[in-house]
Amino acid sequence: MMEQATTSSRYILEVAGMTKHFNVGGSFGKSRKVVQAVSDVSFRIREGTTLGIVGESGCGKSTTARLIMGLIGMDCGDLLFNDRAIGRSAREMKAFRRQVQMVFQDSSASLNPRMTIEASIMFGPMVHGEDRAEARRNAHHLLERVGLDPARFAGRYPHELSGGQRQRVNIARALALKPKVVIFDESVSALDKSVEAQVLNLLIDLKREMNLTYIFISHDLNVVRYISDHVMVMYLGKVVEHGPSEALFANPAHPYTRALLASMPSLDPEKRTLSAPIAGDPPSPIDPPQACRFHPRCALARPSCLAINPALFDAGPEHVAACHRSDPKSPYWTEGEAQ
Amino acid sequence: MSAFTAREPLLSVRDLTVGFKTDRGPITALDRISFDLGRGEVLGLIGESGSGKSVTMRALLRILPQKRTTISGSILMEGRDVLALKRRELASYRGNDVAMIFQEPSLAFDPVFTVGRQIAETVVRHKQCSWDAAYARALEMLELVRIPSAKSRLDNYPHEMSGGMRQRAMIALALACSPKLLLADEPTTALDATVQIQVILLLRELQKELGMATIFVTHDVGVAAEISDRVAVMYAGRIVEMGSAADVLKSPAHPYARGLLSSTIHGAMAGERVEAIPGMPPDLANMPSGCAFSPRCAMAMPECRNVIPAPASVGAGRSAACIRVGSVAA
Repeated sequence: MMEQATTSSRYILEVAGMTKHFNVGGSFGKSRKVVQAVSDVSFRIREGTTLGIVGESGCGKSTTARLIMGLIGMDCGDLLFNDRAIGRSAREMKAFRRQVQMVFQDSSASLNPRMTIEASIMFGPMVHGEDRAEARRNAHHLLERVGLDPARFAGRYPHELSGGQRQRVNIARALALKPKVVIFDESVSALDKSVEAQVLNLLIDLKREMNLTYIFISHDLNVVRYISDHVMVMYLGKVVEHGPSEALFANPAHPYTRALLASMPSLDPEKRTLSAPIAGDPPSPIDPPQACRFHPRCALARPSCLAINPALFDAGPEHVAACHRSDPKSPYWTEGEAQ
Repeated sequence: MSAFTAREPLLSVRDLTVGFKTDRGPITALDRISFDLGRGEVLGLIGESGSGKSVTMRALLRILPQKRTTISGSILMEGRDVLALKRRELASYRGNDVAMIFQEPSLAFDPVFTVGRQIAETVVRHKQCSWDAAYARALEMLELVRIPSAKSRLDNYPHEMSGGMRQRAMIALALACSPKLLLADEPTTALDATVQIQVILLLRELQKELGMATIFVTHDVGVAAEISDRVAVMYAGRIVEMGSAADVLKSPAHPYARGLLSSTIHGAMAGERVEAIPGMPPDLANMPSGCAFSPRCAMAMPECRNVIPAPASVGAGRSAACIRVGSVAA
């Protein structure tokens, strides 16, 4: 079933060449600097599948989500939804935002503390022209669907709920507009493990029932592997690898993906990690390294990695990675190896 | 020195109970927890938010706010009664005997002094040596935690370091006076994955090298598996299961420990359904009667609501606080 969805359905969302740089500094006589938050990111998502985005802080995963939502404007790049380019006009944007919704990490900061949760859920549909009675009926239905009894919870305020309950409200609110795509930005990261498991189960059920497409951003590789059909790995604003979840976890093609996977703590005290896969911290996206941005931390790096930007190569069906040293067809593949 | 012998545990905690006065009435944040810790041993404390992990650490270091806290029970460090320490003894106990590292190193350092000066200050304070000797010790410590070009890093302010390096510097600060016990409160939680494993491995090495006992608080079962000799699972202010890391993490006995492990997502689960524990952790101001886990427990029987189960032995060096544990394990 899941297999069919990944291979046969059409692409619902396409992103091509998306780039966003932020200017920082420039005050008090300091020189201006550029944060290259997202650089030339392209991907497509099939309808009804889940794309997981992983990477460390500063890799651009949250900026990617905000760019898709139009919360910040892109410097350049294209966004296609159902094969139609989404422009910048207010009307197009409003129609698009009905279709794409987002759930954030901080469950309390994303709810208005002075609105009951029922009112929070009704707010979006009413802005889009639904009448009050209809919106309330839908809100109650959604509350029930996310596991909160409307009779008990509809009139409560956010501070009267636990973190897990608040995140369920945020999910209900995101679904109130009947979107096609939902973006989860670290939405389960702040929850306790036992509650996280409940919310993940809920997300999987909702997706199946409503034929939703998910973009799931997380730093927790186990959770991403669990929920995603495809996974995209980002490093300092660039996509370094993108492929079907199982293939990527079983045969990571990029040295950074391999390091990231090897950094996951073992769950078995008798099989502990013996050495750290890479040294150092991820560098700042302000003035990132030239060419391959991973080269300063990469054990395989050769002169060409410092000079020539690696393009994505085919590492398997629907599986791409950006590394000279992992691509047998690259002219730089064996550069510097002992003869 | 007291009549302390090497055979005895370094730290012995008995019936430690911590209550807080809150706006919503008194709550019991820690309820009669007992454990021993040997020299050079690593105890992992795992549990969810509000389970009492951090309160345990703060009680051991005696940094809970005095006015709003009531503490009972006993904490013996090398036979010394920690709860009875007076001001000057306490100042020496913190730092010389016990040191703590926190989740957020940027909050543990003072932003207006250099890292080197803050480490040196601790050494001067506790070892009564000269500032020159203290700076030399600070340099030695930064090298020990493998901060690259340590010498120039002495003059860095905390904000000039990356997150991983700041965490290393905090470890250097904590270890500068060679404590016998290190309290580590989620020290790797805020770090990126590739940095987290480096810091875990560093702590594991230093702990062995220096023969230092460690209590490591984490909500991450994987992190606990990487570093702990023994593991204690906490729930609602009580220790519900304790034993060797391999026993507890591979074949948990208490229903909560089982639930926690089966709801922890791991690699092999793609496509399966997670076995989540229903409901949520109890409100400490409104605790259920009897076993605190009974409202969420699939194995609960009526008498679980009547008595708070005491930890009972369930095998060599293993205990669980559950009246059904015999039948559960079967």
